[in-house]
Amino acid sequence: MRAVGIIFSNIHDNNVPELARIRTLGSIPFGCRYRLIDFPLSNMVNSGIDTVGIITKSNYQSLMDHVGSGKDWDLARKDGGVIILPPYGDAESSTLYTSRLEALKGITNFLFRADEEYVVMTDCDAVSRINYNEVIEYHIRNHADITLVYKKFKDGEYSAKNATTFDVKDGRIVNVNYKERLQEESYNVFTNVFVMKKSLLQNIVMDSISHNKRHFMTDVIAANVEGMKIMGFEHKGFYAGITSLQAYYDSNMHMLDEKVRHEIFSDRSVFTKIRDSAPTKYGNSAIVKNSMIADGCIIEGEVENSILFRNVKVARGAVVKNSIIMQNTVLGENSTLNCIIADKNVTIRDRKVLSGSENHPFYIGKGIMI
Amino acid sequence: MMRKKKCVAMLLAGGQGSRLYALTTNIAKPAVSFGGKYRIIDFPLSNCVNSGIDTVGVLTQYQPLILNSYIGNGQPWDLDRNFGGVRILPPYQGKNSSDWYKGTANAIYQNLRFINQFNPDYVLVLSGDHIYKMNYSLMLNYHILNDADCTIAAINVPMEEASRFGIINTNPDGSIYEFEEKPKKPKSTLASMGIYIFSAKKLQKYLEEDSQNPKSSNDFGKDILPKMLSQGEKMMAYEFEGYWKDVGTIDSLYEANMDLLGDNPKFDVTDTSWKIQSRSPLAPPQYIGEGAKTDNSIIMSGCEIFGTVENSILASDVIVKKGAVIKNSIIMGDVVVEEDAVIEYSIIDENVTVGKGAKIGEPKSEGKGIAVVGRNLKIDAGASIDGGAIIDKDITKEGI
Repeated sequence: MRAVGIIFSNIHDNNVPELARIRTLGSIPFGCRYRLIDFPLSNMVNSGIDTVGIITKSNYQSLMDHVGSGKDWDLARKDGGVIILPPYGDAESSTLYTSRLEALKGITNFLFRADEEYVVMTDCDAVSRINYNEVIEYHIRNHADITLVYKKFKDGEYSAKNATTFDVKDGRIVNVNYKERLQEESYNVFTNVFVMKKSLLQNIVMDSISHNKRHFMTDVIAANVEGMKIMGFEHKGFYAGITSLQAYYDSNMHMLDEKVRHEIFSDRSVFTKIRDSAPTKYGNSAIVKNSMIADGCIIEGEVENSILFRNVKVARGAVVKNSIIMQNTVLGENSTLNCIIADKNVTIRDRKVLSGSENHPFYIGKGIMI
Repeated sequence: MMRKKKCVAMLLAGGQGSRLYALTTNIAKPAVSFGGKYRIIDFPLSNCVNSGIDTVGVLTQYQPLILNSYIGNGQPWDLDRNFGGVRILPPYQGKNSSDWYKGTANAIYQNLRFINQFNPDYVLVLSGDHIYKMNYSLMLNYHILNDADCTIAAINVPMEEASRFGIINTNPDGSIYEFEEKPKKPKSTLASMGIYIFSAKKLQKYLEEDSQNPKSSNDFGKDILPKMLSQGEKMMAYEFEGYWKDVGTIDSLYEANMDLLGDNPKFDVTDTSWKIQSRSPLAPPQYIGEGAKTDNSIIMSGCEIFGTVENSILASDVIVKKGAVIKNSIIMGDVVVEEDAVIEYSIIDENVTVGKGAKIGEPKSEGKGIAVVGRNLKIDAGASIDGGAIIDKDITKEGI
């Protein structure tokens, strides 16, 4: 294959500190049975990229458990496949990397060994289906040095307060902006997907070491919008950036929209670690509306506008609305939940009433009993 | 030193399952879908793994394509092993003679070389058409403790049903003195479950003798076991208590599926201490829409429900559109039920499309039996299928 993939699993952990406290951004559970890394990793596989390095920094146990040998993505290969790249320290520097460029320094060997001509880099901060092949084609067709993927949003469509945006002229990126407030009519938000020749990336990394450059966007992209041909590729499909807990909540809820759900899932090619659960069981008193539900649940109460992960139990008389309930959480009899994000293994006792609000969901940490 | 296995399991999965009619037209019985997520073979395979038996030969013959690809390298059951694991054993061409598997015993006889690779002390023989959870290691301990040559698992059945089974008559110490195949006047209610443990050397001896006998039907129940008994080998009955169902008929397959439903189901597959493993489909989570009703049902991932589902079992990727009603039925994977179609007391096999407003089956109270629609069929809009009908061709509005 002509491209090697690099996925940064940790780089936006601060977006959702609640959920990323105990895991990488990439291993945050999403949409009943997935984790955020499933989207870029599946995009890689579906684009024919079969050598993928996942760069980690901290809290990556859950990520390693999830990715395993890569078999569930068909990436358990003799030749290539998926490899997790933990931080690499030598005798002189024992500190962890703090930027994308430093992280790339730590994987020079991985880059050296890969014999692919191009490299696709992406983060784990979004739910979208991007065909990286099309981006590579576009990159080659335009004789670009670097191609960055962006998504055009109209005002009010993008919930994050700040973002990296581009001014794009005839497909070429002419300016990079950091927006504190997005108040224009429309704006081109960077999706954190990069395509370039592997040799160029290697040069950039070496150059950054010798000139002590730290920031990829500032020191490499923004500084070179004139000196290099940096193209923008517009992603026209669904894109939900996980930029905050609110955005995480909203993008989960987007999956209840038939059009979005079918765009993301209908071709059955978002891969994830396969876990065996019994099928979901609905009791006589179950009332379920507009909800997405994983296998292994037992539902005897009422579920509306919600996302239920594996092995969730909703006892008789319990009511859960507008909520995200993760794996193994138990909702006791006659409990009531509204606008809640319950992490894994939460227990809600009988008759408890909890509510957040649609513009401020209430988060319950892993393993908490209420 | 040669590595060896204490016990090797041989799973008889070649039967046609002709009493399942349209459900086994082009699929072996052990590969028939069960309980939404499983296939029948998941039960003996999972039992093996949970009992610590990691070497399983699966003897296939009839329509093995789906079964073969389902088992694959055995990874879903943790049976992808370097030494042992699961092996599919189809009939093969030999240097001097080649043959189909002529009977259950002949199938194992033709694969003695597979067994001997592992130099086992014991061989467990299983069939691929039973739904149950059983710890074979307890049965093996019983076999060893009694110094038996053959141990047969047996279950107590109601007296009125005993004449449908192979009945085992035992002495007070559990040793067998007589077999009766479907006796009119059963002396006991202990029915053979079709699960045998043999001491490997004895099995080999009797299989070799049996193969030399041109009059033999090469069947365990008819030939090998009676022969062993008549030769005075020590044969024990191992009494099993728990859920066990032969799903060889439409009615029993339906019943066993329905036994999964309810708050306290007769048969529980959710128990994590004895997990039933299966090859899971890669399907997105199920979606239950506005206006949907899901009462007392089991539903798998990939389903999208906008209609009514009651007392039913839906396997993965079933679409139930608005106004459609499914009651007391089993729907296998990839079925589309269009608007306002009604399915009652039926089994719909995989990849069937049920057209708008079509009617399939009639309530059980009508007494016509279970309607069955075979795989890959199309039931046109407005078509009507009577209760008890077995459908193996596309149905238009005017009939076949």
